[in-house]
Amino acid sequence: MSACVWAACVCGTQICYCSLSAEILLLFSGINENVYEHVSMWFTGNMKQLLVWIQRNLLKERPELFVQGDTVRPGILVLINDADWELMGELDYQLEDQDNIVFISTLHGG
Amino acid sequence: MCQVEEEYHEQLERVDRLSLSQKCMKCKEEPAVVVVRAGDAYCRSCFRESFIHKFRAMLGKTRVIFPGEKVLLAVSGGPSSCSMLRQVQEGVGHNAHKKLRFLPGIVHIDEGGALGQSIEMRRKKTSDLQQMFRSTGFPFYIVPLEQVLDLPGSVLVAPSARSDRPDSAYKAAVDLFLQSGGGSDPAGPRQENGQESLLDVHESRTRLLEQLMDSVQTQTAKLDLLNTLRQHLLVHTARKHSYSKLMLGDSCTRLAVRLLTSISLGRGAQLAQDTGFSDCRYGDVVAVRPMREYSAKEIAFYNHLFKVPTVAVPNLETKTSDKSSIQRLTESFVTKLQTDFPSTVSTIYRTGEKLQTACRFSSAAEDSDRCLLCLSSLEPGAEEASALQATLLSERLSQTRGPLSSVPVEPEPAAVGRCCSSGPCGGADCNAGCSSSPTGPQVAGMRSLLCYSCQRTVRDMSSVHHLPPYVLSEAHRRQKRSAMKEQISQFLLDGAEEHD
Repeated sequence: MSACVWAACVCGTQICYCSLSAEILLLFSGINENVYEHVSMWFTGNMKQLLVWIQRNLLKERPELFVQGDTVRPGILVLINDADWELMGELDYQLEDQDNIVFISTLHGG
Repeated sequence: MCQVEEEYHEQLERVDRLSLSQKCMKCKEEPAVVVVRAGDAYCRSCFRESFIHKFRAMLGKTRVIFPGEKVLLAVSGGPSSCSMLRQVQEGVGHNAHKKLRFLPGIVHIDEGGALGQSIEMRRKKTSDLQQMFRSTGFPFYIVPLEQVLDLPGSVLVAPSARSDRPDSAYKAAVDLFLQSGGGSDPAGPRQENGQESLLDVHESRTRLLEQLMDSVQTQTAKLDLLNTLRQHLLVHTARKHSYSKLMLGDSCTRLAVRLLTSISLGRGAQLAQDTGFSDCRYGDVVAVRPMREYSAKEIAFYNHLFKVPTVAVPNLETKTSDKSSIQRLTESFVTKLQTDFPSTVSTIYRTGEKLQTACRFSSAAEDSDRCLLCLSSLEPGAEEASALQATLLSERLSQTRGPLSSVPVEPEPAAVGRCCSSGPCGGADCNAGCSSSPTGPQVAGMRSLLCYSCQRTVRDMSSVHHLPPYVLSEAHRRQKRSAMKEQISQFLLDGAEEHD
């Protein structure tokens, strides 16, 4: 996947990288830099908390295009370390050091 | 099943909780990485294999693309079409197991002009795409949508297809191809750079295109019109460079959405053509959809896992809310349903698959029997008691009540009130004038040349005069022709000879 927003979320000593695919970036005019370093608040977290964090820190504009309820909007795929998050417990997955989280939109127009 | 809050949630819960420890359902060795359908988890290599196999199988099974044929791939830059490009690229490559034997080319329509994008943005996007296309080695054409304004009227006239080839023809063609040693030159006669430097579109053209898009008042109609124009340009490009097949990258998810959208837009009769594997309404250029067995999820995973480059191109639906258009609403309906019921898309898709695409108008139908915009047959079945007839009848009835009823219940009471109730003009004539008042008398005549759905689209335009010249001139031509036919009708011996 080409353009990504990188967000290094520091949780204690752990770092996990999340990236938003180019299609998702279309949704948010605020962040269209190719590389975007973002180090921020600490959280001991699972995916649920990560989504909250992304919503608060990355997507200030129209978060409903990305998050709905406490999970991602239908049509957006989540990959944890290149595997389907359905295999990883979805929202309950506990983030670990060096985890790589990718969000991909399958919706028409991002 | 009928309650809003059903009580048997427990049963609907997934029986077995999926986990990473789960093995691939195919090889039963590697850990699974992707859940393709509910419960079917594949490992990386099995997923890849099945993905590639599906593409080849689709082309092999349908036998529509003949060996040595020139095939134009329509690549938007989105995930599905890029993944299609990758499949073709691997398929025609030297070391492909079951080689694809057609000659591919690429076309990209740059729609930036219709979306109001800046020149710089369009340049950047097209240069990205150019780079990507160049690396494939196929000839490619990047065409700005503005060119739709310069299309010849012949786009709307479908030349009759080469007579339907029987199934045996495919085998014969394969044999012939093998005998002639066609397999030896995999790249085919590579045209030296099919690209045209089309980046410098004249500003006035862009403005015209913007005017056209702005004249459409609803998002639904806008999307529909853009789709039609894009299709015309694709077909035209294919014809111009003598390609006989056009490959579209519609995924299964997309087609499921399209199926429901089409029904909501009143395109029920055209469903089979709109969503089937092959679409032969353009006569000599047949559109095929080889990606129709892949869900959007599969494609996204494939692209991510195997680093298929895509160019994210914003379109009319980017950043719009769910309720902005019928298309968008349907998409959100389907995707939402899909999260809780993972077989939604495939069920809709399979239903659509049952619809037949009979190329019945490839030879017989005259151009005047086809819709001016979408080129579908105007009178599908032409049954007396069809839904279309019922709609038209009720429309007619609600329009002719002018002088009879005293209370106008028209949607636009202002316009009607001004003209019909007070003016001296009488019923039918006046109403026709009123309903098309913003667009002039031409609309009324044009409606008879359009299918029901395209009528709705045109009705949402503030003025038909913004339509590209080729549409207008063709409309004019047909109108003249039918007028002439009427004039001479009494001299004709009988109905059968009218087709001359």
